[in-house]
Amino acid sequence: MEKELRLMKGNEAVAEAAIRSGADAYFGYPITPQSEVIEYLMAQEPHKRTGMVVLQAESEVAAINMIYGAAACGKMAMTSSSSPGISLKQEGISYIAGAELPCLIMNCVRGGPGLGTIQPAQSDYFQSTKGGGHGDYRLVVLAPASVQEMYDFVEIGFDLSFKYRNPVMILADGIIGQMMEKVEIGPQKERRTMEQLIKQCPWATVGKPATRERNIITSLDLVASRQEAFNLKLVKKYEEIKEKEVRFELINCDDAEYIIVAYGSSARLSMKAMDLLRAKGIKTGIVRPITLFPFPSKVLFDLADRVKGFLTVEMSTGQMVEDVRLAVQFKKPVEHYGRVGGVIPSPEEIVNALEQKIIGG
Amino acid sequence: MAEITIKDIIKEENLVYKKSKVLTNNTMSYCPGCGHGTAHRLIAEVIEEMDIQSQTVGVCPVGCSVLMYNFLDLDMQQAAHGRAPALATAIKRLMPEKFVFTYQGDGDLAAIGTAETIHACNRGENITIIFVNNGIYGMTGGQMAPTTLKGMPASTCPYGRDIEMMGNPLKMTELVAQLAGTYYVTRQSVHSPVNVRRAKKAIRQAFENQKLKRGVSFVEIVSNCNSGWKLPPVKANEWMVENMFPFYPLGDIKVEGQLVTK
Amino acid sequence: MTEEIIIAGFGGQGVLSMGKILAYSGLMQGQEVSWMPSYGPEMRGGTSNVTVIISDERISSPILTKYDTAIILNQQSLDKFECMVKPGGTLLYDPNGITRHPERKDITIYKVAATQKATELGAVKVFNMMVLGSYLKIKPIVKMENVIKGLKKSIPARNHHLIPMNEQAIEIGMKEVEKV
Repeated sequence: MEKELRLMKGNEAVAEAAIRSGADAYFGYPITPQSEVIEYLMAQEPHKRTGMVVLQAESEVAAINMIYGAAACGKMAMTSSSSPGISLKQEGISYIAGAELPCLIMNCVRGGPGLGTIQPAQSDYFQSTKGGGHGDYRLVVLAPASVQEMYDFVEIGFDLSFKYRNPVMILADGIIGQMMEKVEIGPQKERRTMEQLIKQCPWATVGKPATRERNIITSLDLVASRQEAFNLKLVKKYEEIKEKEVRFELINCDDAEYIIVAYGSSARLSMKAMDLLRAKGIKTGIVRPITLFPFPSKVLFDLADRVKGFLTVEMSTGQMVEDVRLAVQFKKPVEHYGRVGGVIPSPEEIVNALEQKIIGG
Repeated sequence: MAEITIKDIIKEENLVYKKSKVLTNNTMSYCPGCGHGTAHRLIAEVIEEMDIQSQTVGVCPVGCSVLMYNFLDLDMQQAAHGRAPALATAIKRLMPEKFVFTYQGDGDLAAIGTAETIHACNRGENITIIFVNNGIYGMTGGQMAPTTLKGMPASTCPYGRDIEMMGNPLKMTELVAQLAGTYYVTRQSVHSPVNVRRAKKAIRQAFENQKLKRGVSFVEIVSNCNSGWKLPPVKANEWMVENMFPFYPLGDIKVEGQLVTK
Repeated sequence: MTEEIIIAGFGGQGVLSMGKILAYSGLMQGQEVSWMPSYGPEMRGGTSNVTVIISDERISSPILTKYDTAIILNQQSLDKFECMVKPGGTLLYDPNGITRHPERKDITIYKVAATQKATELGAVKVFNMMVLGSYLKIKPIVKMENVIKGLKKSIPARNHHLIPMNEQAIEIGMKEVEKV
């Protein structure tokens, strides 16, 4: 069969991927720059295509709690929003992590704090990778750098979320959400039957038959020692995720003297900067973290032995740079360059930053 | 005549009451005299009588009944404070053939969860909402609730609820009855045998209605909180009859989608 | 081959759809493409622009500060983007409403009176296709057959009867374009 290629916005690709991956539900609330997700879903009428439930909730708070209800039934459920809306969802995300439920959340980041701007930013890195809501928990965070990855990460995200019974976040931004690129569309996967669901998720609250004990989905344990044991169980899970699920891309790192560390759209901007730097004879490579949690620390630690310095490029005032510094462990200089508030750094600015902060510094 | 032993008395034919099999053997954590235990029992009995234990998913709130899943032998989810109707919306829409209910207190349903309550009711989700209103926050230690009566003391209004300062008590049940998405709205109590029988009938109706797919069935149970009200159990019930019922009158408010005219 | 294009004008001139058809045409002939719009409230009645990149290789940044070609449909966009054309690059503009014409000597400048022509023909809806035709005359980076395929993909099926009209508009644009 000839592969199906489409020109799609990142937000549309996420929506189509949700349908194609056999998702059971999407609950969301409109917010720029990601409203195309629910608009696309509503126009596609997935309840007719696959039986998927799509509902516009009364708030982001309600939407994430609908996700909790769906996920607690073992259903494949997804929501999406942009920064202020993701802040509203944090309560629910914490409960979902605490109840060990699988789900997928897409954040099409815009500038903050507060209402901020509707233009792209990457200022939600800390919130996404260090917990976000209250309590000790982590999300698996995937950072797409193309519309194709927006599409592909939906299925990967669902798989990871069910494998580890943990919420997964796709951390995109206004650029990836709004731009159109070529997308190879995968085949339509069947939604799981109730029998398949029960087999995959024996913990699901789908009604208690006489043959098993009741299933309870909760994040509450009033006995401190048991809650502590649960917290340590989560730590063990995160350690396993760190061991097995790190993803990154190395671009021209083999002969590189300088490394730009950038994820998502910043990685794309940095690729252009890398071409400009190489044209000037400055051997530059890029480490593009694809998972932000787990973070690709080891590759950076190892590269530090043979490169001269690292520049992180983020559309923030410097968030991921802290993880890069932790990874490099003072072996080599690590500096940050970023534009914020919806301003996008130009490739030329990135070139200047590397020349001044790392080579000149 | 031989002496009658306890063994002679405990016989199937002598039974006047039996614990529903939908209740677990766990000891309930509620204060003696609290209405929650009775309300739980009625839900369990209705589910047993309808033979829908394997098809029912319940949602617990935050509040005294946060641990309800310990007492009902059902698949249950524990929701964040006020969000139970959002969970129930998703459960019912993804499994329309199941029976889905929420069990919520006044702080949960009428304060922090107002938006979720109103919108689930307005969308006409085919779920049952059991709303236990005792006019106070029980679990956190007797703070003012949205339903606390005028002049009624609570730990955050120790001199009584001052309407000018703290606003009016909220009649959530009358409010949701106005919405097109509610099919059955009633207010009951569980403080006397006759009221328990009426409340059970209402809960049964609220579960039966899910088969009709006509919208939300909403059962308020006006209840007591003798610990929070700082009254002995019997006195608490008397206080409830004298003070709560005039403001929260018992009876059906909406039946088969039509407001009841009195 | 990599062609980096900015298309800029007023919201409602079909800037975004022209970019989409061009990008889809590139996709239909097997190339890498990206389409990055300005977004936000300024799109409604204000200025609108889109960066389109068509390349034989993986596309790096979808957002640029220098372009091989600028397609300019109003004065504000001319003022903003003329200086952002790479030396030796191309600027195509519609002189309608332009009071300060492009001045650079190190780029090749073309103009097409597409607004005027479209008004004369009563075909304002396909104005943007005339401009696209002019661009394709200057830089035939995509074959006409692929443009038609791109049109089919971009336009909802219910409007496919309008494709011949769009095709004619492209041909008119090809004829009308002139070097300044």
